[in-house]
Amino acid sequence: MDLSRRTFIKTTVVGGVGLSAFGFDLAPVYAQTQGLKIDRTTETRSTCPYCSVSCGVIIHTIGDRAKNVTPQVIHVEGDPDHPINRGTLCPKGASLEDDINNDRRLLKPQVRRPGAQDWEDISWDQAFNEIGAWVKKTREETFVEKDQNGYTVNRCEGIGWTGGCTDTNELNYLAVKTMRSLGVCYFETQARV
Amino acid sequence: MSNPQTMQIQEISAHSGPVPGQGTQRAAKVCKYIDVTTCIGCKACEVACVEWNDHPFRETSFDNTYQTMASTEWNYWNLIKFVEHERDGNFMWLMRKDQCMHCEDPGCLRACPADGAIIKYQNGIVDFQQENCIGCGYCISGCPFDIPKFNPQTKKVFKCTLCSDRVGQGLEPACIKACPTGCLHFGTKQEMVQIARARVSQLQTESGFANAGVYDPPSIGGTHVIYVLHDVTQPELYGGLPANPVIPPSYTVWKWLAKPMGLIMAGLGVLAVFFHRVTVGPKLPQPEPVITEHPDEAESDRRETP
Repeated sequence: MDLSRRTFIKTTVVGGVGLSAFGFDLAPVYAQTQGLKIDRTTETRSTCPYCSVSCGVIIHTIGDRAKNVTPQVIHVEGDPDHPINRGTLCPKGASLEDDINNDRRLLKPQVRRPGAQDWEDISWDQAFNEIGAWVKKTREETFVEKDQNGYTVNRCEGIGWTGGCTDTNELNYLAVKTMRSLGVCYFETQARV
Repeated sequence: MSNPQTMQIQEISAHSGPVPGQGTQRAAKVCKYIDVTTCIGCKACEVACVEWNDHPFRETSFDNTYQTMASTEWNYWNLIKFVEHERDGNFMWLMRKDQCMHCEDPGCLRACPADGAIIKYQNGIVDFQQENCIGCGYCISGCPFDIPKFNPQTKKVFKCTLCSDRVGQGLEPACIKACPTGCLHFGTKQEMVQIARARVSQLQTESGFANAGVYDPPSIGGTHVIYVLHDVTQPELYGGLPANPVIPPSYTVWKWLAKPMGLIMAGLGVLAVFFHRVTVGPKLPQPEPVITEHPDEAESDRRETP
């Protein structure tokens, strides 16, 4: 048999290449999973703004709050340490990320004048002034000093107040003080937080 | 585990020979527990899935039911199937969270012809590796639950990953975390089966569901997503859950008979070439045919080129 060293090496290499082409290579034992997208995000605790259950949420933003970073919300999920929801969320709460990153999110005060069709952008100063003027006007028009039996009641019956579920104790304290001092009877603070 | 995020593989699709290092490390088998009897159909799991996986918002289809769409999609992996059912003359919702079942013996992995496109981790998660996917769609027909879905733009197949990125980092899947009624639970397979059995006995003795049971089909070696059903004898009621899911036999024939035979024949061919080369030797250049019209010229040419 005419088998030189060169022929042996050549045929072995060709055979080896042929074998590995048919899948006899050593594949990695581990597979890489997708990176955890909240791995190094900044976690901020907050409260879901929807209903009065007031579930705790964790808002994940990119960056580590360094000066040159503008934080951007990339994920929101339930806060497992919150005693109300212990990490769970309803579908509305679970979609909070897209509530924050939303083209239709309202970021400035708007007003729709009586009879007007469209909403009109106004400044915060103008909004405060107009609300103040309306509150004063309504209170003066609807204030009840004495009821039908002649008892002093000092009621302001033309104004109602509804709090939001994310309002804190401190805000609710101020709201109650303010509304009571105006004589407002119809108020609900949603004080759940 | 530390970065880069990896998980040890137990099985690889279309991989010849054993998986290197298989079984060298212990890994707890993870499992999702879904209690269909306490699901209120709020779809928090659907939203949590979409949010975690950054899936786009898509149009839903209305078909006279509360169901978001007809079936899961390549970018919508988690769907509550709403079934209106009548039991003893009373109306009753059957709401089943439909997603990948992460079978112990996955039909998609058996059917897949692309090396490494579908892998099963040691902890039981079956995951698609889209970079190795060739888009043939065999996994779609190999799946007994109709879960893998084809993306026509990228020509790749996608499905629920059981949040392998989260589970690999020690977190629970997004859907499990969101569930407000606690009908979803996550843990080891052993623990989940225990919880499921306890719930089943509660349903049987206290709630009057005599046929209540755990859906963990043994025909595919069990699944890493188990259901507690009101009536385990009729799983088809719950939006077409197969009673006896099996991998199509054609795939078994192809994988365990046709493909090894083909590989053996290809190997024999290579060996034949090798031995032919060794025994007979290389093919040497043959003498050029003699041109008869001008015999003198032909003779002189041959002499010039030895």
